[in-house]
Amino acid sequence: MLALADGRVFRGIAFGAEGETGGEVVFNTAMTGYQEILTDPSYSGQLVAMTYPEIGNVGVNREDAESRRPFVSGFIVKEYWDPPSSWRAEQSLGAYMREHGIVGIAGIDTRALVRHLRTHGAQEGVISSVDLDPIRLVVKAKARPGLVGVDLVRDVTCAEAYDWDAPLWQLEGATRGPEPGPRPLVVAYDYGIKFNILRNLVASGCRVRVVPATTSAAAVLAERPDGVFLSNGPGDPDAVPYAREQVAALIGKVPIFGICLGHQILGLALGGRTYKLKFGHHGANHPVKDVTTGKVEITAQNHGFAVDVDSLRGLAELTHVNLNDHTIEGLTHTTEPLFSVQYHPEASPGPHDAQYLFRRFVALMARTKG
Amino acid sequence: MPKRTDLQTILLIGSGPIVIGQACEFDYSGVQACKALREEGYRVVLVNSNPATIMTDPEFADRTYIEPMTVEVLERIIAAERPQAVLPTIGGQTALNLAIELAEAGILERYGVELIGAKLAAIKKAEDRDLFKAAMQRIALDLPRSGYARTFEEAEAVRREIPLPLIIRPSRTLGGTGGGVAATETEFAEVVRWGLAASPTSEVLIEESIAGWKEFELEVMRDAKDNVVIVCSIENFDPMGIHTGDSITVAPAQTLTDKEYQLMRDAAIRIIREIGVDTGGSNIQFGVHPDTGRLVVIEMNPRVSRSSALASKATGFPIAKIAAKLAVGYTLDEIPNDITRETPACFEPTIDYVVTKIPRFTFEKFPAARDVLGPQMKSVGEAMAIGRTFKESLHKAMRSLEIGSHGFEPTHVDLRDRDALRTRLRVAGADRLWVIGDAFRAGMSLAEIHEATCVDPWFLRNIEEIITFESRELRPGLMTLTDPASDGDVLAAAKRLGFSDVRIATVTGTSEDSVRAARERAGLAAVYKRVDTCGAEFAAHTPYFYSTFDDEDETAVEQHKKIMILGGGPNRIGQGIEFDYCCVHAAFALREDGFETIMVNCNPETVSTDYDTSDRLYFEPLTLEDVLAIVARERPDGVIVQFGGQTPLKLAVPLARAGVPIIGTSPDSIDRAEDRERFDDVLRALDLLRPENGIARSDAEAIAVADRIGYPVLVRPSYVLGGRAMEIIYEPHDLERYVRRAFAASPDRPLLIDRFLEDAVEIDVDAVSDGRDVVIGGIMEHIERAGVHSGDSACSLPPTTIDAAVQNEIRRQTVALARELGVVGLMNVQYAVQGRRVFILEVNPRASRTVPFVSKAIGVPLAKIAARVMSGKTLAELGFASEIVPGHVSVKEAVFPFLKFPGVDTVLGPEMKSTGEVMGIGDSFGEAFAKAELAAGTVLPQNGTAFISVRPEDFGDVVLVARRLRDLGFGLVATRGTAAAIAAGDIAVDLVNKVFEGSPHVVDALQAGTIALVVNTPRADAQSLRDSFSIRRTALERKIPYFTTIAAAQAAAEAIAVLRDGALTVKPLQDYHRALRER
Repeated sequence: MLALADGRVFRGIAFGAEGETGGEVVFNTAMTGYQEILTDPSYSGQLVAMTYPEIGNVGVNREDAESRRPFVSGFIVKEYWDPPSSWRAEQSLGAYMREHGIVGIAGIDTRALVRHLRTHGAQEGVISSVDLDPIRLVVKAKARPGLVGVDLVRDVTCAEAYDWDAPLWQLEGATRGPEPGPRPLVVAYDYGIKFNILRNLVASGCRVRVVPATTSAAAVLAERPDGVFLSNGPGDPDAVPYAREQVAALIGKVPIFGICLGHQILGLALGGRTYKLKFGHHGANHPVKDVTTGKVEITAQNHGFAVDVDSLRGLAELTHVNLNDHTIEGLTHTTEPLFSVQYHPEASPGPHDAQYLFRRFVALMARTKG
Repeated sequence: MPKRTDLQTILLIGSGPIVIGQACEFDYSGVQACKALREEGYRVVLVNSNPATIMTDPEFADRTYIEPMTVEVLERIIAAERPQAVLPTIGGQTALNLAIELAEAGILERYGVELIGAKLAAIKKAEDRDLFKAAMQRIALDLPRSGYARTFEEAEAVRREIPLPLIIRPSRTLGGTGGGVAATETEFAEVVRWGLAASPTSEVLIEESIAGWKEFELEVMRDAKDNVVIVCSIENFDPMGIHTGDSITVAPAQTLTDKEYQLMRDAAIRIIREIGVDTGGSNIQFGVHPDTGRLVVIEMNPRVSRSSALASKATGFPIAKIAAKLAVGYTLDEIPNDITRETPACFEPTIDYVVTKIPRFTFEKFPAARDVLGPQMKSVGEAMAIGRTFKESLHKAMRSLEIGSHGFEPTHVDLRDRDALRTRLRVAGADRLWVIGDAFRAGMSLAEIHEATCVDPWFLRNIEEIITFESRELRPGLMTLTDPASDGDVLAAAKRLGFSDVRIATVTGTSEDSVRAARERAGLAAVYKRVDTCGAEFAAHTPYFYSTFDDEDETAVEQHKKIMILGGGPNRIGQGIEFDYCCVHAAFALREDGFETIMVNCNPETVSTDYDTSDRLYFEPLTLEDVLAIVARERPDGVIVQFGGQTPLKLAVPLARAGVPIIGTSPDSIDRAEDRERFDDVLRALDLLRPENGIARSDAEAIAVADRIGYPVLVRPSYVLGGRAMEIIYEPHDLERYVRRAFAASPDRPLLIDRFLEDAVEIDVDAVSDGRDVVIGGIMEHIERAGVHSGDSACSLPPTTIDAAVQNEIRRQTVALARELGVVGLMNVQYAVQGRRVFILEVNPRASRTVPFVSKAIGVPLAKIAARVMSGKTLAELGFASEIVPGHVSVKEAVFPFLKFPGVDTVLGPEMKSTGEVMGIGDSFGEAFAKAELAAGTVLPQNGTAFISVRPEDFGDVVLVARRLRDLGFGLVATRGTAAAIAAGDIAVDLVNKVFEGSPHVVDALQAGTIALVVNTPRADAQSLRDSFSIRRTALERKIPYFTTIAAAQAAAEAIAVLRDGALTVKPLQDYHRALRER
């Protein structure tokens, strides 16, 4: 059973792990890539409902994981498929969720749920396969703290720094060796980083060192990086003041590229504000216009908060805009070597239209170095 | 970028007649393109030879040319209209091929016409397999290994390079005509020869067989700023090896991980850029190896296609409309999404349901054709269904097909015979879904079924779940709901799996009505959800619905005066685009009159299933259950069943019984016309004639009936529909043979025996009545003799040979019939005129196949008038008070799919076989007929030798034909009897052997190319048909015009005379209609 904080209840069939879980209920409109979504640390603290109704068809495999384990707090689908049909499948979705203690619910009218969230906004919810009393579940959902002001980054960031050298997934398993010549060193702040960002950085010719979110700016600079990357991550950007302070200390000293939460933190560090969206952007079909070129890219998105465009007036320049709701999707600075995007150029799941941003980062590092 | 202002006039090329591989999806795309371009203020000139299309309605373009689609005719139109641009990407392969020819002939350059959408270089790069292959190699994409050949020797060289099995694909043919798979050297030789002959450029591609691989399609759009979006992904249920047009397809793709899907998406984007399609939509097909994921590019269509129509209906993203706007310079981000209004068209639709398309076949029409699916497309139509799960959508698609299936009924395969079952699984036919169902019933494992069918296990498991549920849960007695809670749960589960009431009734041993009653008691009703392009992320403004058994309903029904129109379902031979035309017209007219219009249909190719056509669209199967559910939700003031052909008509009586308000002619009147005995009473009351007839239940009775009414007779078993197994018999001993066989096969079925009216002329009349006044729409004279199905016969409006008195008698009878039957709306009557006697063959109180043809010939939209009459207006109010007999002549000609079915006879008879039609308009009959023939693809020779062989009954008339041909300068050869008859008329003729008389015979001459024209009128008995079969088949394959009746031969001679004068002119429909109005 799924109960929402505003009292709406959906009855379905339990799958994955048995038990009870809670979180902010959000919906994702991507038709492929449920495994990537499950393992995206940005979903920490959230119950994710998939709008596409057939989920589990292709099982799960090691290659498609975006982090060390699934991070969603719970998973909501219309129809769950157990035996996978894919040449790459290693396990069924249900078995994988059980192994990692992820509670799921299937068989509910997910479209009704989405329409409800669209109208009434994203809100806390509880999924339970043990307590089937709707009134009690609604009370539990109401009692949940929500995402605003909660630091979820600490829960998902890595414990220790590590180096990354795996390249992008390719069909034949073929790997392209690094380009000859010196490779720039990128230090990546892990606020909940997705593997595919690291793979893209490697594929763009970078050496990559991943550091915990709490690493000080001084420690980062001590690595003598050519660039610093600010990763995606869960929750409220205002709830990680330490990140904002570190980034503020890095601006102007080293080229910076931020994605998603990293973009919001950069926005805050530049002096802007962030706010919570009604039901966020979670999907793989959002049109974003690069205002510098006029070209449109179809992007993967996953965020519940956004940078307030007005708050950045005079502090940064708008580079990308969302064509659906005209929210800010990318920014840069007139003088300092930095840029960031709200969406996910690393995709996974989603289109690869924005992969050029990684190359842009490499170019920025090269330019800065002179 | 704003729209281009340097263009004022744009020429749009349609797709011509409906043929296998090119159906009404191009009417849908054409209508959208016309609307989109005119919305932007362009002057649109349209050319399409197909009168049954909505796009050729005079109000959709500024100038509408219903003319043959040849380079010469197009040049004349270009010279007359001087367009600045031609948009060739919305009229299928026909338009694309014509555009290539126009460009290559230098015509476009001469008149300064620009190709928009796709330039010549891009079209050629996509269409020419060599160029395409080179292009794919440039962007490092994988292809099946292949080589190509222009001669048999070249083909053999390729075969030595790539191991068998191989696929042979002829270049530039529609729907893969002439293609095939070869597993042995002998098969290889056969298919290559056939393919080389079928290709207009005499070239075949020989390809590594990737049969059994998974097949996917992506619909891609690109704008002038190089923004690219994928509108929809489609996965084929059937593996590679079965033409995608014949495959069951599912949207979106079901068995790809995101990484694999993105790989395909990246490839598609690279392809559209490399090929260089500037703007618009393309369809790209991929094969994926099921065990390694190897991704190969199969082909690309640089135009809108059948798949793009499907994708548009599946997602709500109107590809053709957007393609037209992109072609004139807009970019994707400048065009709003109609459905959400606030977001742009520059995005990728996401859907929260599953779409299933199942093709519809008509193998029963061609008993000599093998019901085996392969790389050559054979289906004639398709049904699409939307459900929240694959199982629900599959179930809905199955019952949308209207082949009498309501779910997974058992086939005739013996479940104990594993080998037979395995063979049926391996060799896919039209019934493969049901065979898979049977295989699960027989206890075969999923792995075994997968091995035999190569269908992805995900799809198979869905079917397995359905079959398992059926056998475990749906037990007899369930519908009594003795344990309301648990039985109700089972019923609810069944409905969520998509089971129809009829199937549940069959399996639980009760009736559809009881299941419905049980459902009502259990509170189970379908809800409706919206197709919104965005998975409910944004509010949708388009009322485009599908049913599902889920929780929440989104219909938001309002109280208006509303009329619901039931569409025609999937296209099939006998029921095609003409009925969609009528339904769409009804929707347009009633919407103009202020009604809220509700359309129900399940054919994704049509204009009726465009969400723009009606106020509310329900994409649903046309079954009693599904229609009643919509009626219960919408409560319409009237339901129209007479426009969609047989499909909705069959529902009239059960719907009326359930209290649904049917408007127009009452279901009882419809029944009076359809029921043989009740119809006899009508004729008796009016003192009208029909051919003498009788019913026989034994051999002796049959002979007695035939003796009484006289030979020849038309015999058929009483239980068959649509002219199946119908024969014309001339001699008592043939009748004895027929009767013995028929009664041996089914002793309980009586035979219907009618006097066959020899040498009668058949007449079709369309009329409209408001219940009091009756106005004739048109009287059409068939060119083939009576006995040829009216849908297959060419016809002329006005009539050419019957005189005014007989025509007046026909008018009198038509009016009397309409009054007696209380017709409100359209009525079609078929007459046979023998001498001066008028016989009634059939009355159909509904829209007929000829309504669009007549409407275009007389300049009056009959279907719109009929719809208004049904909503209560009178003909007088509508200003249609008297018949319009035009001064120009309109000829309709049928188009046949014989080339797709090797070994099938081309002779015409009582069973309809044509897939489409064309129209020729001219100042004389000869000109109109010449244009109609040209439009149908028959190039009439202007000189050469004519071969003539006629049945003894035609010996008198053949002289006239022979003389005419001789006067036109033709040499004549004839078989013995015919030659004697011709010689008796003092005409020089050479003798040629019949086939059984030995070589050199007529087929040798046809093969040698020494004969330019064939006139062959065999008797309709089986023996004569067998004797002349090879003549017709050879003529067909060698593209030699052939005529099977004297009347048609005479018409051809007149047409040839016109052609020799070089007098084919072109004139738009608007000019013909203005002349009629000014008269």
